[in-house]
Amino acid sequence: MERVAIIGMGQTQHAAQRTEVNFPELVYEAVSLALKDAGIGIDGIDNVITTCNDFWDGRTISSMATGDVSGARGKNVSAVEGDGAFGAFYGLTRILSGAYGTTLVTAYSKGSESVPYLITNAAFDPIYMRSLGLDMVTSCALQARRYMKRYGISEEECALVAVKNRGNALANPNAHQGMRITVEDVMRSRRIADPLKLYDISPVSDGAGCIILAREDRAKKIPHRPVWVKGVSFCADAYLLGDRELSECRALEKAAQAAYKMAGIQDPRKEIDVAEISEAFTYQELLWTEGLGFCEKGGGKKLIASGATAKNGDIPVNPSGGLMGAHPVIAAGLIRILEAARQVRGDAGDMQVKKQVQLALAHGVNGVCGQSHCVWVLGRD
Amino acid sequence: MEDFWSNVQPIVYEGRIKVPYSWQAGETASYFLTQLRDQGKIWGKHCPRCTKVLLPPRKSCPFCFVDTDKWVEVSDEGVVETFTLVREGTPLQPLKAPFAYAVILLDGASTGFVHVLSEVEPDEIKEGMRIKAVFAEKRKGSLLDIAYFKPVHS
Repeated sequence: MERVAIIGMGQTQHAAQRTEVNFPELVYEAVSLALKDAGIGIDGIDNVITTCNDFWDGRTISSMATGDVSGARGKNVSAVEGDGAFGAFYGLTRILSGAYGTTLVTAYSKGSESVPYLITNAAFDPIYMRSLGLDMVTSCALQARRYMKRYGISEEECALVAVKNRGNALANPNAHQGMRITVEDVMRSRRIADPLKLYDISPVSDGAGCIILAREDRAKKIPHRPVWVKGVSFCADAYLLGDRELSECRALEKAAQAAYKMAGIQDPRKEIDVAEISEAFTYQELLWTEGLGFCEKGGGKKLIASGATAKNGDIPVNPSGGLMGAHPVIAAGLIRILEAARQVRGDAGDMQVKKQVQLALAHGVNGVCGQSHCVWVLGRD
Repeated sequence: MEDFWSNVQPIVYEGRIKVPYSWQAGETASYFLTQLRDQGKIWGKHCPRCTKVLLPPRKSCPFCFVDTDKWVEVSDEGVVETFTLVREGTPLQPLKAPFAYAVILLDGASTGFVHVLSEVEPDEIKEGMRIKAVFAEKRKGSLLDIAYFKPVHS
């Protein structure tokens, strides 16, 4: 693969509600920060990808609404519906096509402006599923139980993810759910849909992110070290929940293996220095670390209990606090890429892991119960 | 958001998007739903390649990417594969919380069928529990023509 780097990145302050900006203004904040970070003006951007979802925005062709604030006027702009990690994938392939030297990728959500269960219920097939009233939380509760039952995982073991990530988020100035909590606090939080309790569930946030990708010859004159894309892949599973084995994440396994092959990684546990992954629910961090090959199937609970995924463990997972700290839905995966890239650059501030980061992993999810996964491996050289 | 609002009054625009849709179920789902409504029967569709009986029935197999062929009647009884007890409900749900959702493997089907459980004590619900469909009295050709599944007490 031709070498492509992340040369600029920006994210907003994420919050339960950002009342002082509308959603294009939120995107403008992230885009302005990314251009400043790259040390270029909007004229240095060859094309634009926006990532959005019309239902969350309450506006059709919502990508067009954020064109102006992404500097897309007079340029080729296209959109990805779904998660920002997938938007970034499209942005990358546009550079690899040879047509563009740089791509600016944005993703955003103002989750505060609508009703999450109405929106996620509409993700289900209207003929066969939607009338059941399932939403993201209740469907993921079905998956959580399936996975926990199969591998004998307790609610307390899942709660460790909430404790770790909400604790990590205290060091993240962009997050809004940093908290020092205990397993008992998680266990005592309101039961929503067993086995999921309030603290097992990530918040829904307002926020936006932006990255600028560049071909190698355009990645030279920037004020800091470029972060190179070493490997990337995505893979989807079947649509209907009943067609999938919910205790596994075969799509993630496949995406990870393809990304590792591209990056020349043999042993992800040893070679990857830090990971930023999309854990909308606590059980998902355990399940996704298995899918990523950081441990064997069913071993996610041991991995976190051993402290390996803590900020100063041997494979830190979500030192930014992940989605538990802030979950601007559509932007979540793009912000994982951005936080992983900051770790590679060594400028993650108080979130920076102790060891020197040669390779960082970022992961985005699209669809219900992890139907589709996008895996990025980023590196220093 | 502290001092943003010292000089300006916030305006909030309330949207009430309501767009009618008429989703055609298509031939395959229409057969399934009319059989559910008129006969109280549950039909899956067979894949000639992997031999799975797909429930709900599909025109093509999601595993093999080939046309499905035969209709196969499946039982109105099966087992709970996984479930969740919903404690905090939403107005979209067909039952009032607490109630359970389950992925159900009906006898004769190869894929999981998602539905709701009722007439059951929360503590009683277990993986592997045998359950049976209870049909709605008034049926309209919808998934909710099965009102819920309840335990089979032997």
